[in-house]
Amino acid sequence: MRRLLALLLLLVSLVPALAVQPDEVLPDPALEARARTLSAELRCLICQSQSIDDSDASIARDLRLLIRERLKAGDSDAAVKEFLVDRYGEYVLLRPAFAWHNALLWGAPLLALAIGGSLFFLLFRRRRNAPAAALSAEEEQRLSALIAKGDER
Amino acid sequence: MIVELGHYSLVLALALAIVGFVLPLIGALRHDAQLMAVAPSATVAQFVFVAISFAVLTHAYLVSDFSVANVVENSHSMKPLIFKISGVWGNHEGSMLLWVLILALFGALVALFGRNLPLRLKALVLSIQSLIGVAFLFFILATSNPFLRLSPAPIEGRDLNPILQDIGLAIHPPLLYLGYVGCSISFSFAIAALIDGRIDAAWARWVRPWTLAAWVFLTLGIAMGSYWAYYELGWGGWWFWDPVENASFMPWLAATALLHSAIVMEKRDALKIWTILLAILAFSLSLLGTFLVRSGVLTSVHAFASDPTRGVFILGILCVFIGGGLALFAARAPSLAPGGVFAPISREGALVFNNLILTAACATVLTGTLYPLVLEALTGGKISVGAPFFDMTFGPLMVPLLIAVPFGPLLAWKRGDLLAASQRLMAAFLVALAVIVIGLFLAGTGSALAILGIALAAWLLVGSLSDIAFRVKLGRAPLAESVRRGVGLPRAAWGTMVAHFGLGLTVLGIVASTAWNSETIVTMKPGDSVEVAGRTLAMDGFLPVAGGTYTGTAVRFSIREGGAAIGTLQPEKRFYTVQNMPTTESAIRTFGFSQLYVSLGDVKPDGETTVRVYWKSLITLIWLGALVMAAGGTLSLSDRRLRVGAPKPARRAVPVAAE
Repeated sequence: MRRLLALLLLLVSLVPALAVQPDEVLPDPALEARARTLSAELRCLICQSQSIDDSDASIARDLRLLIRERLKAGDSDAAVKEFLVDRYGEYVLLRPAFAWHNALLWGAPLLALAIGGSLFFLLFRRRRNAPAAALSAEEEQRLSALIAKGDER
Repeated sequence: MIVELGHYSLVLALALAIVGFVLPLIGALRHDAQLMAVAPSATVAQFVFVAISFAVLTHAYLVSDFSVANVVENSHSMKPLIFKISGVWGNHEGSMLLWVLILALFGALVALFGRNLPLRLKALVLSIQSLIGVAFLFFILATSNPFLRLSPAPIEGRDLNPILQDIGLAIHPPLLYLGYVGCSISFSFAIAALIDGRIDAAWARWVRPWTLAAWVFLTLGIAMGSYWAYYELGWGGWWFWDPVENASFMPWLAATALLHSAIVMEKRDALKIWTILLAILAFSLSLLGTFLVRSGVLTSVHAFASDPTRGVFILGILCVFIGGGLALFAARAPSLAPGGVFAPISREGALVFNNLILTAACATVLTGTLYPLVLEALTGGKISVGAPFFDMTFGPLMVPLLIAVPFGPLLAWKRGDLLAASQRLMAAFLVALAVIVIGLFLAGTGSALAILGIALAAWLLVGSLSDIAFRVKLGRAPLAESVRRGVGLPRAAWGTMVAHFGLGLTVLGIVASTAWNSETIVTMKPGDSVEVAGRTLAMDGFLPVAGGTYTGTAVRFSIREGGAAIGTLQPEKRFYTVQNMPTTESAIRTFGFSQLYVSLGDVKPDGETTVRVYWKSLITLIWLGALVMAAGGTLSLSDRRLRVGAPKPARRAVPVAAE
C-alpha cells in the first residue's frame, strides 16, 4: 500500500503545477500585491486568454518570476510592463495600450452609446413633431361599435 | 448498418429541409394555401429524421462502436455511461449535430404549437427555419460528418478530453444550445414578418414566448458553464471574458434587450423597427458565436487560414443569413408604420434606456472579442484584449442600467411620473443608504467601491420588490386584501419582479465574492493545518483514487471550526491514462452562500503539497441569481396571455366580439 502511494505521488509530481507557487511569493507583502496585480494584466503567451496569474504553463511561471525580479530591482509597474512589451510585444498586455491603433477598441462603448443615443433622440424629436394619426373610417366604426357594446354592459 | 441508417436519416433530413424551405415560400408568395400547408409536416419530419440520426450516433457511443471515427476519437469503452452519452456532443461533429437537432426541435415546436398563427406567417417562419436547417445540415454532411467509418476498426477509443469528462459538460452544451439556437425562432419570425410586410403587436405577442424560452435556456446555460469553469479549472475564477464565453454572452445581451423591446411592441405597438432589428441581431450573434468557436479562428488567424474548410463554410452561412437578414431589413423597414408615441420619461422610455445600454454593452463585448482578430488580419499587429479591458468598460456601462432597473416597472406607459416612482422606491433608497453608512462605519473607506456595489445590489433587491409591493398595497391594506390582489396580478408582473430580484442577487454575489475573497497558497504536509476565514483546514493524508479511465491521488482535509470537526474536503489530482493528461479536481464546501474552495498544486514525492485555499464570500449568489432570473422568465412564460398556443390575436377577436 505504501509503495502504491509512493508511486502515485511520483506520478502526480510529474504533473505541472498550478499558478503561483509558494516559492515564488515575495516576502514583502506590498511588493507581492503589486506583482499579483501586474500578473493579472499580463497574458500567458501560449495560453488562450489566460493571465500569467492563472496559468500553470512554465512560461507563465518564468514571467511571474521575471516581474518579481524587476520589482525587487526597484522598477515601477509601468517600467515592468514596458520591459515585457519590449521583449514580447503588445500581445503580452491583456489590457491593450491607450494608443491610436486601439482607438476604435477603447472608443467602442462611447461610440455605441453616442450612436444609439442620437438615434433614439431623433426618434423622440420626430415623434413629438409628428401629429397623431387620425383613425380610419373602418377603425372609427369599430370603435363606436365597441363603445356601444361597452354601454350595453 | 445502424450507423449508415443514421447517416441516411441526416441526408433525408436535408432533403426534407429543402422541401420545407422551398414549397412553403413559394406558397406564401403565391398565396397558395396547399403549398403553405406543407410547412408543418415537412418541419416535423425534418426533426424526426435529425432525431433518428442523433439517436444512432448516441447508440454508437453507448455500444462503443469503434468502427466510427468520431467514436474512436472521443470515447473509450471504460468511460462511465454518462460521459459516453455526453461525449456525443463533446466534439465538433457531434455538437453540430446537437445544434441542428435543437434547430429542428424548435421548428417542430412552432409547427405543432403555433396553431393560432396565421397560415402565411407560419409558413414563412417554418420556411426560414428550414433554410437555416438546410445550411447547417449541408455543413455537417459536407465538412463535419460524424458517421464516417474507419477500417480496420481499432479495438479501443482515444477517450474524451478529461476536462470535458464532467457532469457539467453533460448539461451545459444542451442548455446553451437551446438558448443559442432558440434565437433562430425570433430570427425566422422577424424575416417572415419582413417578407409578409405585416408587423404589429400580435406579432410581438407570438414571438415573445419563444424569445423568453430561448432566453431562459441561455441564462441557465451560461450560468452552468460559469459554475463548471469555476470548479473544474481550479483557480476559483468564474468568468474569464474568454472569446468563447463572450460568444455566448453577446446573444444573451441581445436577447435580453429583445425581450424588453418586444414588451413595448406588444403593449404599445412602438419600437417595431428596432425590435425586428434586435431579433435579427440576436441570432446573428449566435451564428457569430458558432463561427468563432467552431472555426478555430480564435486560436489564431493563421490556424484558421491553414485549414479553412469549416471556417469558410460557416463564414459563408454567416454572411448569407446576417447579410440577407439585414438587407431585407434595410429594404422593408422604412415602409413599416411607426407605432405609438411616448414621452422620454415613461415605461417605454425606460425600456429604450435598457435597450440602449444593453446594445452598447453588447457592442463593447463584440468589439473586444473581434478587435484583435481584425487588427491582426489588417495590420499583422497582435494585441490581446482580456479581462482587464472588459472589467474597465463593461462594468461602468452596466451601472446606470442597474440603477434604472427598479424604475422601469414603476413608470406608467406613454407618460410616466418620475417623482411618484421615486417615492415608491423610497424603501429601496433607504436600505441602500443604510448599507453605505453601516458599511463605511464597519469596513472603512478602504472598501468604499465594494460597499457602493453592495448598496447597488440592495437597491436592486428591494427596488425589484417595490412595484409588486405597491400594486398589492402591501402594508396599506389588510394582508388578506394584499394576498388577493397579488393572486390577481398577471404572472408576467411577478416574472419581472423575480427576474429583477435575481439580477440583484447576481450583482450581490459578484461584488461580495470579488471584494471579500481570500487566497492562501501554502505548502503543506500531512498533519499541517492552515487558518482560512475563521476555520482551520488540516491536511490528514493521501489516498488513492481511480475510476473510468483515470487513476490519481486525493488529499483529505478536515475542516474545524472552534475546535469541532465540521466536515472534510477531498481535492484530487488525476491522471487520465488514455489521453496522457493530468487534471486537478478542486473540492468545495458551501457555508451559507459562501464557499471554501481547495485545489492542489505540486505534490512532491515526500508528500509536501502545494495547496491553494480560497474563501469566496457569497459567491453562490452569482449562479443562484441566474437561476432566479430564469425562474422569473419561466413564470412570465406561464402567463396565460403569453402561453404558446393560448392567446387569440386581437385582430381576430374583434369580429367575434361584434357578433
